Amino acid sequence: MSSSVPNPDAATTSPRVRLAEPGRAYQPAVAPGEQLARQVVFEAHHVDIHYGPKLAVADVNMDIYRNIATALIGPSGCGKSTFLRCLNRMNDPIPGFKLGGEIRYFGHDLYGATANRVEVRRRIGMVFQRPNPFPKSIYDNVAWAPRNLGMKQDLDARVEKALRQAALWDEVKDRLRQSALGLSGGQQQRLCIARAIAIEPDVVLLDEPASALDPIATASIEDLIHQLKLQYTIVIVTHNMQQAMRVADRTAFFSLDQNRTGTLIEYDDTQKLFSKPTDTRTRDYISGQFG
Amino acid sequence: MATYPDPEHALTPSGNLRRRLVYNALFEGGAGFAAFLAVGVLLLVAISIAAHGLPVINLHFLTGSLPPPSGGVGGIGPALIGTLEMVAFVIAITLPLAVLIALFVTQFASPRVGNAVRMVVDVMNGLPTIVVGVFIFAVLIAATHGGFAGWKGIVALSIVILPLITRATIEAISRVPELLTEAADALGVARWRTVIGVILPTASPSILTATILAGARAAGETAPVLFTDSGFGQTTQLNPLHAMPNMPLEIYYLITTLNFQEAWGAAFVLLVLILATNLLARTFLRRAQRKRGL
Repeated sequence: MSSSVPNPDAATTSPRVRLAEPGRAYQPAVAPGEQLARQVVFEAHHVDIHYGPKLAVADVNMDIYRNIATALIGPSGCGKSTFLRCLNRMNDPIPGFKLGGEIRYFGHDLYGATANRVEVRRRIGMVFQRPNPFPKSIYDNVAWAPRNLGMKQDLDARVEKALRQAALWDEVKDRLRQSALGLSGGQQQRLCIARAIAIEPDVVLLDEPASALDPIATASIEDLIHQLKLQYTIVIVTHNMQQAMRVADRTAFFSLDQNRTGTLIEYDDTQKLFSKPTDTRTRDYISGQFG
Repeated sequence: MATYPDPEHALTPSGNLRRRLVYNALFEGGAGFAAFLAVGVLLLVAISIAAHGLPVINLHFLTGSLPPPSGGVGGIGPALIGTLEMVAFVIAITLPLAVLIALFVTQFASPRVGNAVRMVVDVMNGLPTIVVGVFIFAVLIAATHGGFAGWKGIVALSIVILPLITRATIEAISRVPELLTEAADALGVARWRTVIGVILPTASPSILTATILAGARAAGETAPVLFTDSGFGQTTQLNPLHAMPNMPLEIYYLITTLNFQEAWGAAFVLLVLILATNLLARTFLRRAQRKRGL
């Protein structure tokens, strides 16, 4: 954890104590600020993603940095969500899915023999396009994963902290025992974020988290992302370029080639990508001249 | 501004709409008639059973010993208790098996193996119950020169009921939204925790309904117990190692000994039992679902 965000639990409950390769446990260089923000979390080297015979995404090379928000943008079908879902191995159960190249997570091969899929997801959380709370109480939604992962100490405090971080606590503190399905769409999505961060992952992946929400709920999710990136590494897929500009420090533009295979076109600081794109395809897309 | 009715833009049916409206009425009527027929037959059965059976119902009939094989007065108490016990055993055996099979098929098996198991379950579902009865008779009675026993009936009934509950459980688990399974998976929780914590609770109302329906079916099945659990005495037998009185066979005997009144009465009790558990289960499930905000 960075020194700017004190986390007393880290020593006992941090996932790091359960690393598959304890000798290589990641130790941050502690220096806060710019230097810390540029530590690499994910390194994608020549990543190809196949679904059966179809090459869905080809040759993605990108580094994703720690404690900043990285946006993946691009037209529908360009593989941005597919790539995102590869970062915590959510595509594994899809029949015919095959990943070529390599994705490294803090230097560990994400798809290597020693990497356990469940552990991967425990460290790399995900929030989906449509809010998907469990049909349980608000409290149980947040407490379910910590309970199952053995984080039973101070569960109430953990739930409260997660809900506060998700900016939902004040709205639900008096009805924690009520069904989560009674919440509005925006509240449900923030609950899903709370649920994801309750187990203190390193990374939170957001797959178009606001696309099913109205503008007010969207704004609250975006505010939240700014808060969350102080503590977590955020990777967000979005259709909405304004949203990318508002929340992301770095932005990757994906597009389709002539074979309808998705690929990474350009990846840069958000401000630079939107103001001075180097690739004509990026320029066309952000100026609305796509397709 | 004009408010006069313009005949050019009349809103009465025009073109082939009139014909389509007739077809619509015909199909609606046909569907309604079919539904009425189905409900009507059910009502007819229920009413005639009630009309004939209700007069013989009294405490003595419900709790008294079975009439002697030679005919004569008696109750259905032992058969009622026997059937309830057998159904309890059957569910205790089949429900866990069915849930495990369904979990294997939906969560753990490769699509090929899963489909094969599914097909076997479907074939088992179509197995005539008399065949199951004869099979158990051959294996557990004829081959071993053993006698009739409640547990042999329970085994036969379980074979009949297992595919029923399994099929319904597979359906129930398949209907759990993938959104929820994905959410649980994305939390880095082991798969079996997801199964216990999210998949089964979400599917449980449907599984429970199927179990109750299957239990009702087990209570009424005659062929599986005919060659495995007949020849019971007149008194209550709780030990499944002996032949246990049961409702379907008792109704069968009552009719073959020309005790029609008692047969109607026993049929009525069986019907009420099945209907009552059904209704009870449905209200219970409804309440459980509402509590979870579904």
